[in-house]
Amino acid sequence: MDFELIAKSFPALMTGAGMTLLLTIISAPLGLALALPLAIARLSKRSWLRRPAHAFIYVFRGTPLLIQLYLVYFGLGQFHDTLKAWGIWWFFRDELYCALFVLVLNTGAYSAEIFRGAIAGVPAGHIEAALAAGMSWFTRLRRIILPSAFRIAWPAYTNEVVFLMQATSLVSLLTVTELFRSAKIIAVRTFDIYSMYITVGLIYLVISYGIILAFGMVEKHLMRHTRQPGGKKSLHQRAFAVLTR
Amino acid sequence: MKKLILSAIAAMMVLGAGSAMAEKMKVRMGTEGAYPPFNFIDKNGKLQGFDIDIGNAICKAANFECTWVTQDWDGIIPGLIAEKYDTIIASMSITDERKKKVDFSNKYYTTPARFVTSAKNAKMKFSKDALKGKTIGVQSSTIHENFVRDNFGKIAKIKSYDKQEQANLDLKAGRVDFVLADAVALDDGFLKTPAGKGFVFVGPNYTDKKWFGDGAGIAIRKGEDKLRKALNAAIDKIRADGTYARINAKYFDFDVYGD
Repeated sequence: MDFELIAKSFPALMTGAGMTLLLTIISAPLGLALALPLAIARLSKRSWLRRPAHAFIYVFRGTPLLIQLYLVYFGLGQFHDTLKAWGIWWFFRDELYCALFVLVLNTGAYSAEIFRGAIAGVPAGHIEAALAAGMSWFTRLRRIILPSAFRIAWPAYTNEVVFLMQATSLVSLLTVTELFRSAKIIAVRTFDIYSMYITVGLIYLVISYGIILAFGMVEKHLMRHTRQPGGKKSLHQRAFAVLTR
Repeated sequence: MKKLILSAIAAMMVLGAGSAMAEKMKVRMGTEGAYPPFNFIDKNGKLQGFDIDIGNAICKAANFECTWVTQDWDGIIPGLIAEKYDTIIASMSITDERKKKVDFSNKYYTTPARFVTSAKNAKMKFSKDALKGKTIGVQSSTIHENFVRDNFGKIAKIKSYDKQEQANLDLKAGRVDFVLADAVALDDGFLKTPAGKGFVFVGPNYTDKKWFGDGAGIAIRKGEDKLRKALNAAIDKIRADGTYARINAKYFDFDVYGD
């Protein structure tokens, strides 16, 4: 391990890590905003809503992220004249926009499946009670279904965001200088591949840990109704916690 | 014992005199034959290319009697050491790693790195300042990437591509303003293809040793100083008498010798 090299390249690596974080922080909420309507559409009784949502999710989960990135960036680059005529080239010309576009669609599709499962897992009794209270569809969704679904989905969604953060390393192939690319630039020059990638691996670990910690705090907040003033959970509550997962 | 040594010395003298008296030194030239336009086998099965023409010119200048031997790239240095041929003239870059195994003549060419841009961009005067705020595409993990990042990293945006073709495609799509790579690779792989229409070389030839090394040389077995000196003298001779320039013009529209 060449600690002098690591120290020297640290500022460049931090700039790269900043780009990795930026990609994650922008695409995760946008992906979630896409996932919720997709999940609801996927569960709809109306086939004109359900089918397109299903197709979208199927395509983005069924193809490698790398191919999606290449198709949007290099593939659309081939049709730059057409896109220019349509007035959307300014968006697809930029590697960062292309990267975010694909990441949002991809994480949107995966998250939609997580939330579909969670919504389907909301206890039927809760929905019946809401119906008996005369709640409208939207109120039911807002007050009963989504809060329950978030509690159920949260641990799996935490995983999805960690995966999303790691998947941003593929974006380096669209010439985005994120953490992996900034390490590679230094590694191939110094031939000290080991030191550089160990360091980068550790930085990814720290970011992952940060995400898990932050999402754990949200989870604690979501599950606050299961906490007892005394601290220790009763047998009943522990069982409930397991069941609602 | 003394007699034996004396007769051995006498025999060596006779042999030495014999080879000096012979009209021409026989040299077997080894090459690869799979690296156009430098060395390749044409559709008639004949060995062709810049390396071959230079090799023949060197033979003529040094008064060698030359024959050509082809050998795959992977085995080309072992073949030299095993005396299957006496030289390698196959666009082999002079590197420290190879110098551990073989000796090299002086370089006989250095393909420069050059910028390519659209004909429209090329209209402005090229200078370092002209690159300010522009986007430069370059292949990742190459000497060219190192060169561009060190020299233009502070003033221009650098985009690193996995493959040279991707950088060329993005130049065509207008995502990058300039591409920098090996001039021959750009010329044959892009400018001379239909995709390269409307694009041109701009700016100087970059050959700085710090980034681009020592160029391509003729490899010989270690310790054959006589051959090495003869090759170097022949390279100087064809450089001076215009033979080199004539061969250069046959293949390239820029000076491949470098500076």
